[in-house]
Amino acid sequence: MSEPSTIEKAGGGVATYVDQRVGSNKFLARNLGKVFPDHWSFMLGEIALYSFIVVLITGTFLTFFYKPSMIEVVYDGSYVPLKGILMSEAYASSLDISFDIRGGLLIRQMHHWAALIFIAAMAVHMFRVFFTGAFRKPREFNWLIGVVLVTLGLIAGFSGYSLPDDLLSGTGLQITRGIAQAIPVIGTWATFLLFDGQFPGSDFISRLYSVHILLVPGLILALVTVHLMLVWTQKHTQFPGPGRTNENVVGYPLMPVYMAKAGGFFFIVFGIIALIGGMVTINPIWIFGPFMPDQVSAGSQPDWYMGFLDGALRMMPNWETNLFDWWTISWNILIPAVIVPGILFTGLALYPFIEAWVTGDKKEHHLLDRPRNNPTRTGFGVMAITFYGLLWIGGGNDIIATSFDLTINSITWFLRIAIFVIPPIMFVVTRRICLGLQRRDRDKLLHGYESGRILRLPHGEFIEVHEPISIKDKAVIMSKTDITPLPAPERRDSAGVRNKRYHLQNVQHKLSGFFYAENIAKPSAAEIEAAEHHVAHEVALEAPLHAYEDADQINTFHGGVLHHPGMPQTNAEQLAERAQH
Amino acid sequence: MSDLTPHDSHANAPERLGYSPVADVPHALRMADTDPKAARRAERQVAAMFMLSMLLTIAFVVGYMTIDKTSIIYIPVFGDVGTSTFVLGLTLGAAIFLIGAGAIQWAKKLMPDVEVVQDRHDLASPASADQEALANYDRGKAESGFARFKLIRRTLIGALALFPIALLIPLRDLWTAPAGSPSPADLLSVTLWHEGLRIVTDPNLMPIKPEDLPIGGLVSGIPEDLEEVQELEGNMNARTKAAIILVRMDPSDIRAQQGDGWDYQGILAFSKICTHVGCPIALYEQRTHHLLCPCHQSTFDLADAGNVVFGPAARRMPQLPIGVDEEGFLVARSDFAEPVGPSFWERG
Repeated sequence: MSEPSTIEKAGGGVATYVDQRVGSNKFLARNLGKVFPDHWSFMLGEIALYSFIVVLITGTFLTFFYKPSMIEVVYDGSYVPLKGILMSEAYASSLDISFDIRGGLLIRQMHHWAALIFIAAMAVHMFRVFFTGAFRKPREFNWLIGVVLVTLGLIAGFSGYSLPDDLLSGTGLQITRGIAQAIPVIGTWATFLLFDGQFPGSDFISRLYSVHILLVPGLILALVTVHLMLVWTQKHTQFPGPGRTNENVVGYPLMPVYMAKAGGFFFIVFGIIALIGGMVTINPIWIFGPFMPDQVSAGSQPDWYMGFLDGALRMMPNWETNLFDWWTISWNILIPAVIVPGILFTGLALYPFIEAWVTGDKKEHHLLDRPRNNPTRTGFGVMAITFYGLLWIGGGNDIIATSFDLTINSITWFLRIAIFVIPPIMFVVTRRICLGLQRRDRDKLLHGYESGRILRLPHGEFIEVHEPISIKDKAVIMSKTDITPLPAPERRDSAGVRNKRYHLQNVQHKLSGFFYAENIAKPSAAEIEAAEHHVAHEVALEAPLHAYEDADQINTFHGGVLHHPGMPQTNAEQLAERAQH
Repeated sequence: MSDLTPHDSHANAPERLGYSPVADVPHALRMADTDPKAARRAERQVAAMFMLSMLLTIAFVVGYMTIDKTSIIYIPVFGDVGTSTFVLGLTLGAAIFLIGAGAIQWAKKLMPDVEVVQDRHDLASPASADQEALANYDRGKAESGFARFKLIRRTLIGALALFPIALLIPLRDLWTAPAGSPSPADLLSVTLWHEGLRIVTDPNLMPIKPEDLPIGGLVSGIPEDLEEVQELEGNMNARTKAAIILVRMDPSDIRAQQGDGWDYQGILAFSKICTHVGCPIALYEQRTHHLLCPCHQSTFDLADAGNVVFGPAARRMPQLPIGVDEEGFLVARSDFAEPVGPSFWERG
């Protein structure tokens, strides 16, 4: 042990000083060596976190220059085409940020790109968590927090996107007004309260501003903190592999590897967002012009994450009900804009509880599922993504129509039918693919890899050589847990007492069968041992050839014929012989 | 640190105090582990990245101070871009990126790459803690008398349930009704239009003579007094409801109207605000007389009383009855007969 340097002494001094006041060394002792597992997909959540931090940093900068006011002013900035035009102060200050504040456009575009990446990263992170079953006990709360975070992310994105008060964002608000107004009973009043009267009013931008910079980010920040604290205390899940069990964590310690890797990755994400923000234009508000409630540009498109709502609105048939000629229920708006997203997000939030109930599974899970090993869940996930994707396509139907020379009517009719037909097909197809992959895994365990090499044995028999699968592959495949469907409930127990929960249990039994009945069971330990023995035998048969191959590879072999002592054994020897002649 | 054990155990894995093997997975040594030269090289790479990052931050500051904010530069692939934004983005982005790249290179090349194992511990508390918590809870409950003092308990619950109302009630004044306190539904049902009010073009504010409008033509119109009203109200609410389009078609093409003779010599006036969710509409196909909303593609047939022919809108486009005044300019003959814009609950 060398003497501690001056810096280390000073650091130790600080640590002691802080520890005596907050007791931090206990925490450090426990956590500096905390192990985190490594996998590329674990970085998706990190991307979401880091882009959110970038959003906070750039957003704070923007608040210093943006004016959340709908007071009409005459624009007098550097952007010549709009000079002298009457516009809201919000729009004028957004133009100033873009043209008259150095670095302003860079920060504005970084803010927008980071927000898009934030939501995209959350979505993909959620896919990873869903398809690997990381939401299972004990992580259900964190899944719920995640669903709320995605929802808040959408609200944050939409509210921010509406602030510049340009023509495009104003059209978005106009649509929002139409949706809010369609809510039965309270809709009209709620809209008037939101907009301080009729649309567009003169207060909405400033109200939206406080939602965008205080309420929503405050909630996101609080929930992100809880989300991370839970990840910390519950320890991260890990993918199966050799030595990885449900009771341990295999990976690298926080200090130094994860500090460097995760900390470094923050700078990577931040840097890439800055590069994109400087080089790729996003939301060129100066092209759209100031908001006017009676103007619109064709091909208006929302940010990507709102596209599914727009598509749902476009796809919906024009149903409306009049109750006694007194009241209106606008199904054409309620279903696509309120009910469908409501079902989608509620389903998402409840899924972990539904699956746990169906499977009767009460165990803790820290080892991740491979998507194929839970075909029904994976099928549901793909089905939901397909459903969302079709809505999204609907949101771009005008662009598709002009790009591919189709009529909007035919695309809309296709989607109206497809939305009911294609997701279930995708469910079935995905499920079959998963089961097929399970069979393949079973085959690998029982027969090893098919090497593709045909071997002729001395007595003339031809066999294909199977190679043993690697330790890693074996561990991964063996990580599958076979779940047996719940048994059918009894109407009466042995004492003849009627089972009061029979119907509920029967539903559970049927669903559980639906989930797991077709599951391909893992081979037993004895079967695997026999298989390994067999593979080892084949490998032994081929071994002399390998010895021959090992020295040097030229691949001018003698057609898989076994060689005997005295004949040239290796390429190296052959070459040596040639060199002699 | 005693529960840290190396996961990869291979003969040539770097030895670390207190670790023991858990699984037999081959571990390949990196160049930097075996060759001091490679390690030196990696060290220099990392330092170079950090150094370059410093230089780029300085470049950012210089760029900020020297580049004219209006200057434009041509960059291949990107085209004409604002010099300032491009240079600032490039220097800032690269400066930050290099810090990250350096740190990760450091971790990958020079820090241990042997996985270690840590045990998980039960998340649930031990039974003794459960009992202690329960005992504490029971004691607290008994000491407070929460169960005994029924009156206190019920009044407390009542007070807690009521007080949020005081926080929510003031939200009522998010909107104050104007003089005469009309309801929201009343306000949504009227527009500026009334008998004799001239229609002017938007945005040039010119009154319109019927002969100015050719067959097949379309003009956006607003009430003559709209600008004054906007000035007075300080918002664009009136515009949102009063905006109209005027189209002229061969009178024999008109199959139906919302009221008898609401056209003037084949000129029809319709609201410009979509009855679906309120986007302004201006895509008119003169051959079919169809009006298409660019937002959600509701399509209205203006030759057939503005009825919906496709898309999500449930209601027809309201028609404004028009005529001419004594000077021969187009005027409204009344307000719309039905509310314009998106449906609402009280609309019926």
